[in-house]
Amino acid sequence: MPVEHTHTHPVNFDPTATEPDPHAAATHAGRAFRLGIGGPVGSGKTALVAALCRALGGQVELAVVTNDIYTTEDADFLRGAGVLDATRIEAVQTGCCPHTAIRDDISANLDAVEHLEQHHPGLELIIVESGGDNLTAVFSRGLVDAQIFVVDVAGGDKVPRKGGPGVTTADLLVINKIDLAEQVRADLGVMVTDAHRMRGELPVITQSLVRTPDAPEVAAWVRDRLAAQPA
Amino acid sequence: MHAAALMLADSRFPGGGHAHSGGLEEAVARGLVHSESDLAPFLAGRLRTAGELAAVFAGAAAHAGRRDAGVDHWRLLDAELDARTPSPAQRTASRAQGRGTLRAVSHLVLDTLAAATPRPHHPIAVGAVVGASEGAPADAALTVAYLAVSGPASAAVRLLGLDPFAVNALVMRLIPVMHTVAEYAVRHAGTDPADLPAPAAVGLDLLAEAHDRHSQKEVRLFAS
Ligand SMILES: Nc1nc2c(ncn2[C@@H]2O[C@H](COP(=O)(O)OP(=O)(O)O)[C@@H](O)[C@H]2O)c(=O)[nH]1
Ligand SMILES: [Mg+2]
Repeated sequence: MPVEHTHTHPVNFDPTATEPDPHAAATHAGRAFRLGIGGPVGSGKTALVAALCRALGGQVELAVVTNDIYTTEDADFLRGAGVLDATRIEAVQTGCCPHTAIRDDISANLDAVEHLEQHHPGLELIIVESGGDNLTAVFSRGLVDAQIFVVDVAGGDKVPRKGGPGVTTADLLVINKIDLAEQVRADLGVMVTDAHRMRGELPVITQSLVRTPDAPEVAAWVRDRLAAQPA
Repeated sequence: MHAAALMLADSRFPGGGHAHSGGLEEAVARGLVHSESDLAPFLAGRLRTAGELAAVFAGAAAHAGRRDAGVDHWRLLDAELDARTPSPAQRTASRAQGRGTLRAVSHLVLDTLAAATPRPHHPIAVGAVVGASEGAPADAALTVAYLAVSGPASAAVRLLGLDPFAVNALVMRLIPVMHTVAEYAVRHAGTDPADLPAPAAVGLDLLAEAHDRHSQKEVRLFAS
């Protein structure tokens, strides 16, 4: 469960201290909530988007922007899986720089988001999937209201320990593919402990989309975020 | 050079330019460009055609921006550039970057332009920003002439792994031509929009259309 950050800290001058971002993302009443999903290639971002579409699609008006470097493949996957109407998926080309498109120059993504909002009035949630990138790629707050960072156990149990802004500052860290932990000899306990150490009080969810294809815990987290939005 | 022009020419300016290759990706996919030596004529040709057209309209837009032209004038300028851009894919790419430029900059003059067309062509948006900042038509024209080369040059480094120093040397070699193009544009900056020059780049138009078709079916990393 996300912890509401209401109490105040004395100013911390330790430049290495990790704390939740004290500034709430600017919310814009009346428009869809924008949720970024980032993380390395193959960690399960698209699979999570599909799971969220299945879990929330019945109750929430939603649409998806996908930035995968091979753009149309992800969009095709979502269309093919039948989880989302084709007109609710926009693909964005990132000019070989997926992190640029979600962080430094968000124009193309904002264009895609605005296009979806224009064509589907009443949208409540727009999920933006980043192209697979390294651990330093995070979404700009000019583009999303909240972000999930997805890593997987197959990437090695040292990933959370490596840190980087994705692991340390994302609003939610998802450790995916826990069904594979034994095969790849990843110590899940170490991953979770490291993740909490790196992230302070920010939440961490472990999941397997093989075991729970509708990502119930992440879906519940998203529902809470939507409910917390000013109407 | 006016600082507003420097800002617009900077690859870090967040106006969406990084995702456009100016036809280079399609040329690479067809095997037309695979080394520094094929890149040189591609860049030079692009500068003298698409670059020159962009420079002419950026100069005219800066001229209009300086005297705070009305909605009708902006609409006319935009329509005239549309008429000189036969490829729908090129129009889309240009308008995406024009919209990106307006999004990244806010100014009263730009509100008038946005009222005329919320997704103006890129050279017009660039010219409007420079003119609104009291920059000269020459600054705007030089900016888009430079961008006509620097965009595909950077795309070539990313797509082909070319030596960035060798590619930058190609850009550097074109600097006198950029000035020639900008000077030509400046001579027309105050011309009635309908009478502005219309240099064409048929090859680039066809590459843009092919790029668009292919991006529906196969992998394309750039938007144009
Ligand atoms: N075993 C297992 N495979 C998964 C899980 N989640 C995703 N995958 C698979 O991992 C691969 C990459 O997933 P994808 O969602 O495309 O990753 P993305 O690059 O982050 O978008 C696909 O073959 C998925 O089916 C999981 O929880 N367990
Ligand atoms: Mg993906």
